[in-house]
Amino acid sequence: MALYLCLVGIVPVFSERPLIDDVVSLGQAFILLTGLLAGYVAATRAPGDPADRSTPITLAAGIIGGTLTGLAVTVLVLIGAVIDLRAIIQPASPALYDVLTLELGVAGAWVPTAVGGALGALAAASLLVPPLVRRSLAIGLGALVLLGLFAGLLRTPMLGSPLSALGRLLFAPEGLTAVGAVLTVVAVTGVDLLLRVLDVRRRIGDLSQSQRRTALPPVLVFALVVILLLPQGLGPFFAQVVALVALYILMGLGLNITLGLAGLLDLGFVAFFAVGAYTVGLLTSTAEFGIAQWPFWAAIPFAVLIAMLFGAFLGLPILGIRGDYLAIATLGFGEIIRILAGSDLLKPILGGPRGIINIPKPIDVPPDHFLAGAQQIYYISLICAGIIAFVALRLRDSRLGRAWVAIREDEDVAEAMGVNLVHTKLLAYMLGAAFAGLGGAIFAALIGSIFASSIQLFVSINVVALIIVGGMGSIPGVVLGAVFLIGLPELFREFSEYRFLFYGIALILMMRLRPEGLLPSRIVRREMHLPDNVEPHGAPVGSQVAAEAQERA
Amino acid sequence: MPLLVAEGVTKRFGGLVAVHKLDFSIEPGTIISVIGPNGAGKTTFFNCVAGFYPIDDGRIIFDGQQINGLRPDRIAHLRISRTYQNIRLFANMTALENILVGQHQHLKANWIGAVLRTPGVRREEEQATQEARRLLDFVGLQGKGDALAGKLPYGDQRRLEIARALANQPRLLLLDEPTAGMNPAETANMTDFIRSLRDALGISVLLIEHEMRVVMGISERITVLDYGEKIAEGSPRQIRADPRVIEAYLGRGAASGLSADAAPSADPIDATAAAL
Repeated sequence: MALYLCLVGIVPVFSERPLIDDVVSLGQAFILLTGLLAGYVAATRAPGDPADRSTPITLAAGIIGGTLTGLAVTVLVLIGAVIDLRAIIQPASPALYDVLTLELGVAGAWVPTAVGGALGALAAASLLVPPLVRRSLAIGLGALVLLGLFAGLLRTPMLGSPLSALGRLLFAPEGLTAVGAVLTVVAVTGVDLLLRVLDVRRRIGDLSQSQRRTALPPVLVFALVVILLLPQGLGPFFAQVVALVALYILMGLGLNITLGLAGLLDLGFVAFFAVGAYTVGLLTSTAEFGIAQWPFWAAIPFAVLIAMLFGAFLGLPILGIRGDYLAIATLGFGEIIRILAGSDLLKPILGGPRGIINIPKPIDVPPDHFLAGAQQIYYISLICAGIIAFVALRLRDSRLGRAWVAIREDEDVAEAMGVNLVHTKLLAYMLGAAFAGLGGAIFAALIGSIFASSIQLFVSINVVALIIVGGMGSIPGVVLGAVFLIGLPELFREFSEYRFLFYGIALILMMRLRPEGLLPSRIVRREMHLPDNVEPHGAPVGSQVAAEAQERA
Repeated sequence: MPLLVAEGVTKRFGGLVAVHKLDFSIEPGTIISVIGPNGAGKTTFFNCVAGFYPIDDGRIIFDGQQINGLRPDRIAHLRISRTYQNIRLFANMTALENILVGQHQHLKANWIGAVLRTPGVRREEEQATQEARRLLDFVGLQGKGDALAGKLPYGDQRRLEIARALANQPRLLLLDEPTAGMNPAETANMTDFIRSLRDALGISVLLIEHEMRVVMGISERITVLDYGEKIAEGSPRQIRADPRVIEAYLGRGAASGLSADAAPSADPIDATAAAL
């Protein structure tokens, strides 16, 4: 695994980013992690019963596991010194070897093996301490990695505040300082250990309903303040990222109606996104292709309406298509719209690859105003997302929401119960399209321009993936999914080459470990985790039925 | 005037004629059964009436209106409801929600009203929920409204499916093997229940059933299908004695054999039922 990481080229790229200033880079951290993991796995699988396995055996297993992992890297360095592997595997460059051997060259080839052994021993040793401490330590290390990654982000605002001294102590311009790293691990591990020893979670659980209710408003207010202040003081880049996240939350909630309630898998979401974006572009732009130069607020209703009409227009021919076939058909629509937007045919109207520029911001304020730039987009997106969440909740508990769920469950039976499939499905489609159009319109205002290259299949995939990762049908799930799938990749732009690799790993892990999503809705959790206490349909008369009959008799 | 009339209904699947020139009628307020061996075309006929299958020939008339060619939801709007041989509830909705879906066509709320939750919509929802609880009580599922339909015991699922069908306030109810998989006590219970639907609610019932005791006990008239053809029709007493029916169930020659061997009081249909 360490070999794989080296050869795929992650290590050198990530080495650009220090985790702890001048000590460990992110790339090295990856390798260290594999050493730790190998040691841990080897130690837990060592021969004998885990409960009464002797200390030396555990340690030995850990050391062997770690050493073997390190050895593989050593072999790589040695081979690399003799043959130039770059002809075969491009990332196997001298830079990689420098990272691996602490810049000692071939003379340092022993380094990975030794480090691997040491890490294996460490991992095995962690098995010997009480599990309580081990878990706290792991959390401490996790916090170290997280803080190291976000150090640059956190440092900027801290320097400008009363916390400036603390910021300087903990954070280098990129990554943690050595002091900061030690402090972080000690502090986080200590606090976690304290919480566990005091068993805080159980105590919170013991609090009575009324006590919890009195605690709730302050927590909510605090969360609200954090959300409102989020884009402030963190610089324009971060504001742009949170605005994008808010935008995807909005679209995720929109698709949640189509996919989460009615069960219509729409992979052509980007089509309506494009319609909304171009409508706003055409109506508001002060440059070449603008036709009306309206203010943003006048253009928004049109963008939503036209996206909705497109939803109906594209929805009609595919109403009879079910399941997987529907996904493919909608995928096709998304591609058609994408290609049309960049085509020569529509170039005189939409500008082709040159796009529509000079789309004004919704609220005209001077550059240093707190609503300037991406900040106002963030707030607008949040407000719209709130409205959509409200609409979705109200619809879910209505006649219409029930009809949608019924269609998702069994289309034929729903129709036989008097549900008009054409109307009901079309409405789900149109609402989803309207919200996608709204997202596109806000996106156009966020970027200030709209190009054919912004209309990518990846927009559709993102929206579907964030719903699935977050938890289908769940509003907090959509929020969390957007933060994970949109926010994190934006923050790690320099590693964008590996974006899809991590994306894929995340999706596979999700489906393996938590198929219901990170924060599933109550109903989905119910579906996936309740023990099945019902006999299969058509089974012979069950004991329950018999017992009931006896009761009645 | 009959409530439902089928004239020369024919349904083919490729070369197979599943229902052949079937004539059939139901008077209002009666319980009519369709019986026949497996593959005789009973469920196919149901699906034709409910609009699931287009018919190849003939007409189906409900209350003076031709219904073949209408979509299933239009037919449901005429207040024809059905249940399914293999229970088809909305498994991931609660029992109460299942019944509320059954009321779909009687509710008026549109999406704007639902979002704004206007007083009218709120009142309608309250009444619908009340009605759904009443139906739950009626079929004996008191207090189980919040359980997921798919998690209910088998017998409860059968009952819930009927409650969902009743939520449409049907004039004609199509029941496809409502006692399948039930023990004798359950079956007797269901028989009484079906009779009460007709007596208390005035609903006409079209019943597909294998259990001869049920069929003979509650039907006014019985139609027997075999290979898609109607081979007999009449009162339970007439059907019992019809040699073609016994032949269809037990094979050629069985009827004569039975009537020769059995004591005069013995009932060939009971023997048939036992053999089944």
